Amino acid sequence: MLSIENITHSIDVWLNRTFSPTVAVLLESLIVGLCVIGLFALLGLVLVLMERKVSAYMQIRLGPNRVGPGGSLQTVADTLKLAMKEGLTPDGADKFLFNLAPFLVIVVAMMILAPVAFAKGTQIWDINIGVLYITAISSLSVIGILMAGWASNNKYSLLGAMRSGAQIVSYELSAGISVISIVVLTGSLRISDIIASQQDGWWLFKGHVPAVISFIIFIIAVTAETNRAPFDLAEAESELTAGFHTEYSGMKFALFFLAEYVNIFIVCAIAATLYLGGWMPLHIGHWAGFNGVMDYIPSSLWFIGKTFFLIFMIMWFRWTFPRLRIDQLLNLEWKYLLPLSMVNLLLTALIAIERWHF
Amino acid sequence: MFLKKYISEVFGAVRSLLKGMRLTGYYFTHHKEIITQQYPDNKEEMRLPDRFRGEVVMLHDEKNEHACTGCTACELACPNGTIKIITKFDITPEGKKKKALDTFIYHLELCTMCNLCIEACPTDAIKMAQNFEHSVYDRSKLTKKLNKPGSKIREGVE
Repeated sequence: MLSIENITHSIDVWLNRTFSPTVAVLLESLIVGLCVIGLFALLGLVLVLMERKVSAYMQIRLGPNRVGPGGSLQTVADTLKLAMKEGLTPDGADKFLFNLAPFLVIVVAMMILAPVAFAKGTQIWDINIGVLYITAISSLSVIGILMAGWASNNKYSLLGAMRSGAQIVSYELSAGISVISIVVLTGSLRISDIIASQQDGWWLFKGHVPAVISFIIFIIAVTAETNRAPFDLAEAESELTAGFHTEYSGMKFALFFLAEYVNIFIVCAIAATLYLGGWMPLHIGHWAGFNGVMDYIPSSLWFIGKTFFLIFMIMWFRWTFPRLRIDQLLNLEWKYLLPLSMVNLLLTALIAIERWHF
Repeated sequence: MFLKKYISEVFGAVRSLLKGMRLTGYYFTHHKEIITQQYPDNKEEMRLPDRFRGEVVMLHDEKNEHACTGCTACELACPNGTIKIITKFDITPEGKKKKALDTFIYHLELCTMCNLCIEACPTDAIKMAQNFEHSVYDRSKLTKKLNKPGSKIREGVE
């Protein structure tokens, strides 16, 4: 049967037969790198178009509908426009940091992609501390944002970057605790183990109410971490023009824009992996018949379906909720989400110890 | 007591957020609610909302009669001097002099479509039309005379 796992395996075998092992590994790294860049470009185009269409329908508008059939080439046209624009560097800016920041943000986004399992056996790097790696790397993106804000020599950029720093540092906590609750249930930090543990049902259903609560907290926290409305204080168009990327133009701006959407995809992919079983089809206990039918749907479709469902949820939040003020934002985290997620972690630990989960 | 307030706050917040999501979800799934007009394409079947305000016009009936008495209430109501009314004195059949409208000058380029003149008019002589294609090549074309040539006040309008 044709699957991504077989294709990658046959490419690996062919490369190792044709070249020496070192060259084969180098070529494979190159191929993987190109695939990741291609995925990034594709995600940027698809997600921006999706966001514009979703927002339009939620605001009783039509959205882009002129370029290409049904407006489907709108984002391609936008990208071409951005690529042809001049990448200005302001006079008073710290030139090195200013030009480094967008690349740092995009590189961080690329690095988080490494342990994400896209389909059965399709994972760039299955390290035994996958979840820890993801939480560690994702907190690096705030450095890129702070760098951009600081180097721009612009008060709006600096304000946006500082807000973003306060926000991401706060929300890492509850995102981390939510992730830990799944690690507690699984007993492993390895992504493939976490997916394998959901063979007989997803953690969202197996883990009773605490899993649902931690799922909701995780979604709220990652929405804040990706700087999206209702937590888009770092950009806050109405207050700070464009926040930390006010001074950026052309492709450097496009990289920030791309990183935002890729980050959404990544956090939704992680949420899907932890709570909705990643590429694992919907299995209910030991109903062999039902599980067999579900297995006919390819694992990559399951993964993409779950991820895009979560992306749609996050877009739904964005176009429904008003933006929080900075004090409300920090109140929400420190007074509500953090105590709740701590109590929730205790309950999850109890469930895991007593083996109450299904 | 504190804990009860805390929990009820959490539940109230979640409920109000879900209420908002239900509305946007309804709009997302019901495309017939879309209000966008694809303007140059649908020039024929375009329907503007009833309260859309394009420009001030004076109503004339088929006998070329209007209801404007020249009272200048609209001129006084206008916040930015868009309307200028020039009056004249008509001689009634009884031989009395009576104030009447000579020229109703309307500066479209100054108008903000605030509707105050229409509300001020005691005889409903003017109203807001829905025409919005106002672009011209010469600014002087935006200064309009609203009463048609040869028109006079309708009988019985005081």
